[in-house]
Amino acid sequence: MLLFTLKRFGLAICVALTVSAISFGLLYMAGDPAVAIAGENASSVDIAAITAQYGFDRPLLVQYADWLGGALTGDLGRSWYFDLPVTQIVTDRLGVTVTLGALAISFALILAIPMGVAAAVRPNSLIDRAALFLSVVGQAIPSFWFGLILIVVFSIKLGLVPASGSASWKHFILPTVVLGYYATPAIMRLTRAGMLEVLSADYIRTARAKGLDTRKILFKHALRNAIIPVISLAAVQMGFMLGGSIVVESIFALHGAGYLAWESISRNDLPVMQALILVFSMFYILFTFLADLLNAWMDPRLRVG
Amino acid sequence: MTDPILSIRNLTVDLPRGADRPHAVEALTLQVQPREIVCIVGESGSGKSITAFTTMGLLPKALTPSSGEVLFEGRDLLTLPAAEHAKLRGRRMAMIFQEPMSALNPCYTVGDQIEEMFEQHTTLSKAERRARTLHLLDEVQLPDPPRIYESYPHQLSGGQRQRIVIAMALALDPALLIADEPTTALDLSTQAQILHLLKDLREKHSAGILFVTHDFDVVAEIADRVVVMKQGRIVEQGPAEEVLTRPRHPYTRLLIDAVPRRSRAVGQDLSRSPEILRVAGLDKTYHIRGTMFRPARTVHACRDIEFGVRRGETLGIVGESGSGKSTLVKCLIRLEDPDNGAVWVEGTNIAGYSRRALHPYRKDIQIVFQDPYGSLNPRRTIGDQLAEGPTNFGEPRAKVMARARELMRIVRLEPEALNRYPNQFSGGQRQRICIARALMVEPKVLIADEAVSALDVSVQKEVLKLLNEIRDRMGLTVLFITHDLRVAAQVCDRLIVMQKGEIVERGTVDEVFGTPKHAYTQKLLAAQPGQAWEVPDIASLPPARLDAMGGLI
Repeated sequence: MLLFTLKRFGLAICVALTVSAISFGLLYMAGDPAVAIAGENASSVDIAAITAQYGFDRPLLVQYADWLGGALTGDLGRSWYFDLPVTQIVTDRLGVTVTLGALAISFALILAIPMGVAAAVRPNSLIDRAALFLSVVGQAIPSFWFGLILIVVFSIKLGLVPASGSASWKHFILPTVVLGYYATPAIMRLTRAGMLEVLSADYIRTARAKGLDTRKILFKHALRNAIIPVISLAAVQMGFMLGGSIVVESIFALHGAGYLAWESISRNDLPVMQALILVFSMFYILFTFLADLLNAWMDPRLRVG
Repeated sequence: MTDPILSIRNLTVDLPRGADRPHAVEALTLQVQPREIVCIVGESGSGKSITAFTTMGLLPKALTPSSGEVLFEGRDLLTLPAAEHAKLRGRRMAMIFQEPMSALNPCYTVGDQIEEMFEQHTTLSKAERRARTLHLLDEVQLPDPPRIYESYPHQLSGGQRQRIVIAMALALDPALLIADEPTTALDLSTQAQILHLLKDLREKHSAGILFVTHDFDVVAEIADRVVVMKQGRIVEQGPAEEVLTRPRHPYTRLLIDAVPRRSRAVGQDLSRSPEILRVAGLDKTYHIRGTMFRPARTVHACRDIEFGVRRGETLGIVGESGSGKSTLVKCLIRLEDPDNGAVWVEGTNIAGYSRRALHPYRKDIQIVFQDPYGSLNPRRTIGDQLAEGPTNFGEPRAKVMARARELMRIVRLEPEALNRYPNQFSGGQRQRICIARALMVEPKVLIADEAVSALDVSVQKEVLKLLNEIRDRMGLTVLFITHDLRVAAQVCDRLIVMQKGEIVERGTVDEVFGTPKHAYTQKLLAAQPGQAWEVPDIASLPPARLDAMGGLI
């Protein structure tokens, strides 16, 4: 297990370095960064000054090493738009997004796994149909529309929860439901399919032949085997929720990192975009790493070094 | 006579509507006494496993017992609430399954899985549970119980896993042990050990054993009483000695007659027939790369293999799993490249040929695999699959289809079968289709890789007969790979015995089986079940007397 962990960790570091190189390269993909900073009507003297100031004239590798060193110590440069440290801007916004992501994935898992299990235990039953209905609806409804409906019903008509902002825990209820529901169908279908397959496995028959009670057969013997692919999927979904929650963040006026990314694109604020890409990627890598560890802990066959 | 542990009376289990017959099991009556081993024998689809599963309460939902009773320790299991039945499972009745490789949960240590029996059914403390489990591991003769206790299923061999399942079944001293083909998936020597173990345990634990099998040799080895089933009905039952040596029902006679005899009729003289295939000095070594924590390993799958086969001859290659016989086959048909050595096909050494140079020779060696279900593409018609080989070698379609029709007749299938899909055929029919497919390109050598191992005995007999017929008719050379010594004895002219990648013995069937020289061959022969059984000559028995329903009078 230790060897496995070290190997996975090493692999994660390699991926992280690759991603950092790509997000650094982003700066040059849009043309000469000095021109971008200087603005449309800048003279060549201004551009030269900016080039010198930002060190764009140094060799690329030196610039990358410099940037990477900064990134590792928490210095991601300054925003071209706000002229504030990027780290400060990003961390300000990241709290909201991480909270929302964590809540949403928890919501999705809590809803999807029991439903998937129940559907698999009694295929074609009422509960299976209900689960199927919920997942088809979840896949079909666009989040922005679902979000607006929830606002109309629960905020405006019933007045139960606030419609926008992030001041209290109540503000997170509707966005959590919208974002979480979006991830529910895939997780539920995978749980159901996994459980169906596992329940027909020989070792489940063995467990029944041992006279174990149904609860133990379902949750100790079946779910543990069925949940392994679900963990991997949830890790990817979680990463997606952090980076892809722009729509939900806009509807509920949660000024999180997703929203910031969208703003930065329209402001051409490359350092912030660069930092966000890096941060989101790191989250992806972290979640995948954790999911791999969790899976290996659950299934000894995956622990091969 | 003591009270029976299990008494099944008039049991009928319905099949879902639309099945090929209305009942999976019909009007079945049988008893199991304490310390008695009752074998249910029958071919696939005879309802023998259904009987076992009904008793255990593990029937699939589609099947329902519709009448009769299953009395176990005075209670009718069919009317018992599911929760009560579950309490008996594991504690009073336990089961051993056919597939040891998949019968254990991969996520938990085997110690944990055995301990579950105590956790579920007793109030023993953690320490006691562990002690009892270690004792059980010792009882089923697993080495180093503390280490096995901590192992996961994937770290153990098939035989070891089956011992774990047996240990689990014996944990609470059940009164009834049901074994559903427990040794079918195991090697000969492992099978012998497991059968021995079961006989031992029956003495120690005084359990009655209901043993489901298709193998009459195993029956002869282990049974006290025999129940023969066909299509859901019992056709004959009685003491083992009686049924095995004086079978009364024509079906039992048919099955016993299909059991391959140890001796065979003397084959034709082939000494002047030309040598078609010669293998010399063939080596294949697999290197398994090491890591920081595990040293590198080399496995000599084939070492200095040398043999020749003449036209019209059948050479048997016998060995257990891991003996290297599969690697040898892969090297011959060049699915793997041998490291060293030569493979001459009629004087051309193809061992070193490149893929391109090899192409014209590919059709000279064809193969029939073990699993007739997996080796045909379910989405393509039989005709398409037969035509593919020769078409690939550039023959015109019309000629190819004519040949396909002819081959279908040779393997005794209707030429119309060419338009159908594999799922419309039984296992035996599929295997005949596979043989036809192999013959489509007119090979010189046909390799039958465990080609009859997955078939029922009566079907097996037919396919073996067919193979011999085709060999003689077409002048084929056959390499017959098998782990079944009886089958080998019946169809082969000469044998080679492989162990750990080397040929340890070779000679005619009579030489190898009559006077085995190598210790391994001797061990293999000793591991054969049912050796004391003199298979009766069915023709010498009095004619069977049956009533109108096909029952014995």
